[in-house]
Amino acid sequence: MASPFLPATITVRPTNSITLSSAATLTGRRLHLTAAPPRHRRGRPSLSVKSKIREIFMPALSSTMTEGKIVSWVKSEGDVLSKGDSVVVVESDKADMDVETFYDGILAAIVVAEGQTAPVGAPIGLLADTQAEVAEARAKAAAAANSPASDPAPATSPPPVSDDPPAPPRKVVATPFAKKLAKQHKVDVGSVVGTGPHGRVTPADVEKAAGISPLAPTKTASASPASPSSPVAASPPVPGSSDVTFTTMQSAVAKNMMESLSVPTFRVGYPVTTDALDALYERVKPKGVTMTAILAKAAAMALVQHPVVNASCKDGKNFAYNSNINVAVAVAINGGLITPVLQDADKALEKARAKQLQPHEYNSGTFTLSNLGMFGVDRFDAILPPGQGAIMAVGASKPTVLADKDGFFSVKNKMLVNVTADHRIIYGADLAAFLQTFSKIVENPESLTL
Amino acid sequence: MRPAHDYAQRGGLRQVWRCAQRTNDRNNLLTLSFSSSKMQSLSSSYAATVSVPRHSFPLSRGTLAPSNLCFCGLRRQAFAPASLHRLHSRRRSHFSAVSAALSDNGTAPKSFDYDLLIIGAGVGGHGAALHAVEKGLKTAIVEGDVVGGTCVNRGCVPSKALLAVSGRMRELRNDHHLKSLGLQVSAAGYDRQAVADHANNLASKIRGNLTNSMKALGVDILTGFGTILGPQKVKVGSSNNVVTAKDIIIATGSVPFVPKGIEVDGKTVITSDHALKLEIVPDWIAIVGSGYIGLEFSDVYTALGSEVTFVEALDQLMPGFDPEISKLAQRVLINPRNIDYHTGVFASKITPARDGKPVTIELIDAKTKEHKDTLEVDAALIATGRAPFTQGLGLENIDVVTQRGFVPVDERLRVTDSNGNLVPHLYCIGDANGKMMLAHAASAQGISVVEQVTGRDHVLNHLSIPAACFTHPEISMVGLTEPQAREKGEKEEFEVSVAKTSFKANTKALAENEGEGLAKLIYRPDNGEILGVHIFGLHAADLIHEASNAIALGTRIQLFNIDENLSSHVNFQHCSATPQDIKFAVHAHPTLSEVLDELFKSAKIMVWQDEVQAPQVPDTIKMVMQSSPVQLGSNFQVFM
Repeated sequence: MASPFLPATITVRPTNSITLSSAATLTGRRLHLTAAPPRHRRGRPSLSVKSKIREIFMPALSSTMTEGKIVSWVKSEGDVLSKGDSVVVVESDKADMDVETFYDGILAAIVVAEGQTAPVGAPIGLLADTQAEVAEARAKAAAAANSPASDPAPATSPPPVSDDPPAPPRKVVATPFAKKLAKQHKVDVGSVVGTGPHGRVTPADVEKAAGISPLAPTKTASASPASPSSPVAASPPVPGSSDVTFTTMQSAVAKNMMESLSVPTFRVGYPVTTDALDALYERVKPKGVTMTAILAKAAAMALVQHPVVNASCKDGKNFAYNSNINVAVAVAINGGLITPVLQDADKALEKARAKQLQPHEYNSGTFTLSNLGMFGVDRFDAILPPGQGAIMAVGASKPTVLADKDGFFSVKNKMLVNVTADHRIIYGADLAAFLQTFSKIVENPESLTL
Repeated sequence: MRPAHDYAQRGGLRQVWRCAQRTNDRNNLLTLSFSSSKMQSLSSSYAATVSVPRHSFPLSRGTLAPSNLCFCGLRRQAFAPASLHRLHSRRRSHFSAVSAALSDNGTAPKSFDYDLLIIGAGVGGHGAALHAVEKGLKTAIVEGDVVGGTCVNRGCVPSKALLAVSGRMRELRNDHHLKSLGLQVSAAGYDRQAVADHANNLASKIRGNLTNSMKALGVDILTGFGTILGPQKVKVGSSNNVVTAKDIIIATGSVPFVPKGIEVDGKTVITSDHALKLEIVPDWIAIVGSGYIGLEFSDVYTALGSEVTFVEALDQLMPGFDPEISKLAQRVLINPRNIDYHTGVFASKITPARDGKPVTIELIDAKTKEHKDTLEVDAALIATGRAPFTQGLGLENIDVVTQRGFVPVDERLRVTDSNGNLVPHLYCIGDANGKMMLAHAASAQGISVVEQVTGRDHVLNHLSIPAACFTHPEISMVGLTEPQAREKGEKEEFEVSVAKTSFKANTKALAENEGEGLAKLIYRPDNGEILGVHIFGLHAADLIHEASNAIALGTRIQLFNIDENLSSHVNFQHCSATPQDIKFAVHAHPTLSEVLDELFKSAKIMVWQDEVQAPQVPDTIKMVMQSSPVQLGSNFQVFM
């Protein structure tokens, strides 16, 4: 299992950041809030920002935060904001934080009022560039408010669980922990069959529905004081081993990996000569640009020409071309794995250091790059993260003896890339063409620095 | 269960110590050996008071004269020239004082059975009895149930036993915390009956201590319910045993309050009385009321593996706490645990589990009274507060009408009748008067009454009485909350300031990996008066006493005694720090008490600007004042 992925993505603004190691800044007291232009839902990849009305998203203030509560709006509608101003105080599961704006503008509309809660990534306010756009933004906010926010709608009524058949469909009773788990794993409690007393939904039921193995039983047998209770394990424990319960992140990775099994994938490998790329890397390295970032940019540029590889198939019935090319990069962190996303990675890749992380909605990656080359791995095989079309596994670049078409031998640096793709939407020829483009870009990397 | 400091144990041990001194009682000496460290500290403090009669300290406060100083019981207790043999030396002189008082008040000096009769042998009655004996009064205490009352038998004491267990369970099951300390513990479990026994044993031990301490001092314990027949006359039990006493204290306490519509069966719908027996640990329990009692039980139940649903009538959980503290406490004590809650709702009807059906709780909106939800749980704990236990007390015989069951009293705890007139020789202390329903408050009130009946006027300053909630971590408070202080400030036109420090900056807390916590000081920047202190964090209940004693003693945060003859260039050395300036008190490093040290140091007291230039503050203190809590730790080491 080469690269498990967590959907909790940390988004890095492409315009001024390519450094990906900035998870630590999340712990800071203050967080910049970035407003991204509303995305185009359909159509070809669009490279330009048209609207000047930006949505202010609920930021992810911690790795475990799934929703936030607006404690107070520091600014009110109509206030002129300048970069760095505190705009709103958000309460996460951990703390209250002042959130600053990353843009100048006018706070046109407050979408989520004080005291209300919004999921991470949901728009909480609108930022207009000019006074003229304020009205437009307000209209938009009003329209958004009228259209009912996505109702979770417990569509499937729970099957009759009670022992008395004539009873009307009873309401779902779930224990506090079960509700908490359901929220965490995005399980609709209404659709879970309760196996607890009186048909109630227990934490174990939710875990089962979420496809994760139940946590270590929280309630230990308390009946017999005599027996030094040894928990009943499914398999005899290896002497000296210790059970470690999954962290939230680990269970999310595990869940995603299990989900990926339902996608028919195939793999295409391609050797790429990297002498030119290595030369480029040596040039930009002092500026803090990593090889992974360069490769992400190269992949993004190739994706522009092969939009199908950037597409995603969510339900197996239809698929969507993604207008933005968001390259997620697998980053191992202590005790877990996250995939920060280079948003619109095909756009200008500036050499500036990352200023701020942009907390962003989950699953915003449209293509993933996993690079183990720095460890000397020559080739590997990545698991496709759910909701994405393809993932590229990059091995190390190694001097290789090559014979050219004239029969001359030469030694060139070669690296093997291996793309895993969803065959429901991406076919072998698509992938091959994409890889050919990628290879050309890498072999002629001048365009990368544009 | 009231979140009281374990006053009973303290008092009990002190008395055991004394009587051990007197009688060399073998059993008592055995009891002593159980807590040798405690006894050592007690004995050393006694030795200090004996050898050095510190008259100088109380005198020096004269220059300050804060309004509440002369009213405070704590100060007297702490600094009165006490001695181990005061019992013998005092008794005679106070008898004469009593008889003098008797002849003074005009009534015929008819003979009474006792100088003081206390109805109710709870912590309040016990505290009063002990102090009465110390003052030389012939004292009897009437108890209709068991000695120790609610606190010892059904409240603070057994709940502390359960919370001790829950605290350890929580630690042992917190893999993350253990791992961060480098510890490996395999699955922790518990034996419910053994936990219940621990609580029960603790209660009987403390009850024994209390009983022995009173017996050893010669307090007569009269068994039976006390009924007031008339002035200075009480019937004990159903027999015709009528006892007369010069002064009578009502200390009958309280019982759990159960709102109407709730059917308590003692098995699945229970009050704290039942819960403390820990007969079941339900999988899912609803706790009605999120005050101290509810919170402490949520801590116990969740640690033992239950899931908890709170039902709170007000819009916020933990009403009554400082809002900032309750918000933080909710983040630590509620949100990460297996707890959910319904606020702004009443439990209008609770039906116990029967015929294979779960406990059902009907919730109605607290304002509109509309039906909102129905909960189905395994058990329900009613923690909606406590109601005074004053029925059958015979108050009608002396024309006293209770107010919602509470006995009406004036500020000196003297009972008033239906016309608002004082009933002579009758006092009421503790939960029965509803002034402050805390065990240690009852005891302090009892001491205050004894002071009065022995001829010293005394008014207890209730704002100096601390309260604590023994969750993990603990919550404690004394004085006003921030909204209360701001309201008072507005009314009386003074400014209110708030200082805060975090446990995250405290070395000891970090060593324990328990940096979650906040201490908050509410004070007057113009004169340095402490209005309130609120602490949420590790051992908060033990930390609050520095603040409560400061309030009781009238200690200011900082008060520069500026000599008017000083030149404009005021040096810090010239601004003598008076003993009242708590800001300059020294705390051992590294201890949790430094949280309060930093708290007091971070308070900014206004400095006179016109007459004298601002006194200079030494650099080290400035550093503490200006630095953020995170930086504080390192700064601290600079001068430690």
